[in-house]
Amino acid sequence: MFYWVAFSFETDVKMHLLGSVAQVPVLQIGDTVKRHSVFRVAAIVAATVIAVGTLTACGAGASDGDGASKTLRVTLANHVWTDTIKSKLPEFEAATGLTVELSQYGEDQLSDQYNVKLNAGTDEIDVMMYRPLQEGKLFAKNGYLADLSDDVDSNADWDWSDFQPGPVGSTTHDGNVVGVPIITEQEVLYYRKDLLAKAGLEVPTTMVELEAAAKAIKEQNPGVAGFVARTGKSAAVTQFSSFLYSFGGDFIDENGDSAIASPEAKEAYAFYGKLIREYGPDNVSTDMSWPEAMAIFTQGQAGLYTEADSLYKNATDPETSKVSDTVGFAPMPAGPGGSVAYNVPSWALGVNAESANSAEAWKFIEWATSQELTLAVQQDGVPGARQSVWEDPAGTSTYPADLAAAISTSSKNGVGHDRPLVIKVPEAREIVGDPIVVAITGGDSDAAANAASDAFQGILDDE
Amino acid sequence: MTTMVSTKPTVWENFSTWANRHRKWLFASPAMIFVGLLIAVPLGWTLYLSITDSEGSVRAESNVVGLNNYVEVLSDFDRFWPAVMRTFVFTGGALAIEMVLGMCIALLLWRPFRGEKWVRVAILLPLVATPVAVGMMWRLIFDPNIGFANQVLSWVGIPAQPWLSGQYTALPTLMFVDIWQWTPMVVLMLLAGLTSLSDEPDEAARIDGANAWQRFWFVTLPLLRATVIVTIVLRGIDALKTFDILYATKGKGGGSFHEVETLNIYAFGLSFDYNDYGIASTVLILFFLLIIAIMWVLTYRRKANRS
Repeated sequence: MFYWVAFSFETDVKMHLLGSVAQVPVLQIGDTVKRHSVFRVAAIVAATVIAVGTLTACGAGASDGDGASKTLRVTLANHVWTDTIKSKLPEFEAATGLTVELSQYGEDQLSDQYNVKLNAGTDEIDVMMYRPLQEGKLFAKNGYLADLSDDVDSNADWDWSDFQPGPVGSTTHDGNVVGVPIITEQEVLYYRKDLLAKAGLEVPTTMVELEAAAKAIKEQNPGVAGFVARTGKSAAVTQFSSFLYSFGGDFIDENGDSAIASPEAKEAYAFYGKLIREYGPDNVSTDMSWPEAMAIFTQGQAGLYTEADSLYKNATDPETSKVSDTVGFAPMPAGPGGSVAYNVPSWALGVNAESANSAEAWKFIEWATSQELTLAVQQDGVPGARQSVWEDPAGTSTYPADLAAAISTSSKNGVGHDRPLVIKVPEAREIVGDPIVVAITGGDSDAAANAASDAFQGILDDE
Repeated sequence: MTTMVSTKPTVWENFSTWANRHRKWLFASPAMIFVGLLIAVPLGWTLYLSITDSEGSVRAESNVVGLNNYVEVLSDFDRFWPAVMRTFVFTGGALAIEMVLGMCIALLLWRPFRGEKWVRVAILLPLVATPVAVGMMWRLIFDPNIGFANQVLSWVGIPAQPWLSGQYTALPTLMFVDIWQWTPMVVLMLLAGLTSLSDEPDEAARIDGANAWQRFWFVTLPLLRATVIVTIVLRGIDALKTFDILYATKGKGGGSFHEVETLNIYAFGLSFDYNDYGIASTVLILFFLLIIAIMWVLTYRRKANRS
C-alpha cells in the first residue's frame, strides 16, 4: 500500500518537479530504479514536511515573541464566583477588545494543573485563581506569582485600601503583593430550625449546648444524625480549626512550635471526634469533604452542621436542598476559649510570573475585583474581601439575616488562618488531621495528637 | 545515460546505495528514535530526580543526595511497605478471582448456545465503561447511608456495612469493583484460546472414560497453558498499575487511614500533593524495578518449564 503510494508519487514527481535533477541515477538497471526513486521521493517528502514544520514553528514563535497578544488565558476554579464572572465576561471583552480564554477546573484538578504547568515554566496561563492559604507560600517561594505591588497602587478609584487587612496579609509575601483576594470564608453553624424546635431547644451558643442538642436530635429522630461535619483526614482540618480556636488552642504556638499536643488541642480533637462518633450518621465515612457532608445535611439527615459560610447557597437553594425552608445559621458555639471562628481568604487572583501578558492580566483582575463586581458576586452569595461592600446594606441584602449576623460576628474576632501556615500545607494537613480521624473512629486521640505533634514539629523544623 | 554506470560512484551515490540497503531501518528510524526517547528521557529524568532532594518545584535548586532517598523509602514502614503490601494484596486477590471466574465463564460460553451473541455483548459492558465513571458509580452504590448496596442488605435483614468508607472493607470492596470490571477481559482472552483448541484430545479423553472435571484439568487446561500465562501477565501488570478506580473512589492518599494507598497512589500523592519530587521518583523507580522483577520471574519460569 505504502509502496504503491510512494511509487505513483514518484512518477508524478519525476515528471513535474525533478525532471532534470533526478535523471542521473534514476535510469539505472531494473529493480534499483524503483528502490532509488522511492527512497528519494520519501526523503524529499520528509524534508518538505520538516521544513514546513520548522517554518510554522518559527511563525508561531515570532507571534509569541512580541509580547502582549489579544488573547488572555484565565484559569479559574469551579465556584459560584466563577459563574457570576463568566456571565459578565462579554462586558470585559467588549470594553478591552481582548479575548478571554477561560479554563475551569475542580479544586484538586486545578492544583494538579498548576503543579504540572507552572513546574514546566509555562507562559500559557496569564491569570490564575489560587488558594492563598493552601498554595500561597509554596507558589511565592517557587516564584510562580508575579509581583503586583505597583499595579495595586496604580488606580486610586479601584482602591486597594478597601480590601480587608486579614486577606491582604495572606496574599502578601515578603512585602510584595502577589494576589488580590476575591473570596473570604468564615465558619458558621448550619442548623435545622424544625428539629431544634421539636427538641424544645434554643440555638446552641456554647459547645456544651451543641453537644446536648446533637444528642437530643439523634435520640428523637431515628435515621437523622444530631451532628455532621467533614471527616476526611485532610478535608476536616479547616472546619476543625474553629473548634480548636474555640477551645483555646492553635496549630502553631507563639514560638513557632507545634501546639497540637497541648491540653486544649487534645480536648478539641476528642470533642470533635465524639460529636461525629456518637451523634453523627451511622456508619460514618472517614472520607467526607464538604460535598458529602453537605449532602447529608441537605438531604435532611442531620440536625447540626459546621461548615464554611461561602457554601450556604447549597443549603438554602430549594433545587439542591430538601431543608431550604428550615435551615438557620449561627456563629460558632463558644468553647472554653470563646466563640472563635476562622476568617480567611479562600481564593485570590494572581498573575503567572512567566506570562507575557501581565499588563492585560492585571486589567482582568482590576475588572473582576472592582467594587461593582464584588457587590454583584456577593449578592450571588459569595462573601467578598471589600470592606465597603460589607458596609453597604446592598452587600448583605440577599443574605439570610441570621447568616449576615453570624458572619459579622466571626469577622470581628476571626482568626486569619484555617490550616497550619507552612510551605508544605498538604503534608501538614494530613498530619494534624490524623487525630481527628482517630477520634472519630473511637481510637486514642491523645496518643495520636502526641504522635502528630512530633511529626508536625519535624515539618516546622525543616522550614 | 549509459556512461553514468561506469563512472566512479559519488558520495551521494554511496550514501543512497547504503540507504537503500538499510532502508527498512532508515524508514522506521524516526519513529523508533522518537518512541525510544519518549521512554528513555522520562525514565532517565526520574532516575536523576530520585537521587536528588528536589521538592517544591522541579525548577528550584536541588542537591544530589546519592542513595539517601532509597534508604529513606526502603526504611519507611508507615507508608511505603504497607503500600507495597496493599499493591500485592489487591493485585493477587483480584487476579486470582478474575482468573477462576473468567475461566468458568469462558467454559460456559465456549459451546454454541441460543442467545450467545447477546450474552457476549452483555458480559463485555463493564469492560467498555470508563474507569472513573465506574468508580463514581460504585461509590454511589456503596455509600454507607444512601447507597443501593446497603438497601439490598436491609431487605434481607443484614445490617448496613461501611463498604468503601471502612478502614478494613475499602480494599476488598475495590477488589470487587476491579473483578467486576476486568473479568470480561479475562473471559475474552481465554475464550479466544479455547476456540483455537482442536476437539480431538477432548474426544479421545471422553472415549477413554474421563469425566468432565478430568477432561478440563488434564486435557483442556494444559493445552490452554500459554493463553493462561499471557492473560496472567497482561492482567497482572494492569492490576499492579491500577489507579483510576482507587483515586476516583478514595482520592489522594487512599483514604484517611491510607487504607487503599497502593504504590501508584502513594507516588501520585508524593509528587502532586506533597511536591516531594525526589522521594516520589524513588518510589516510582522502585515500583518499576518491582514490575520488571515480577515479569522476569514469570517469563523465566515459563522458559525453564519449556526446556
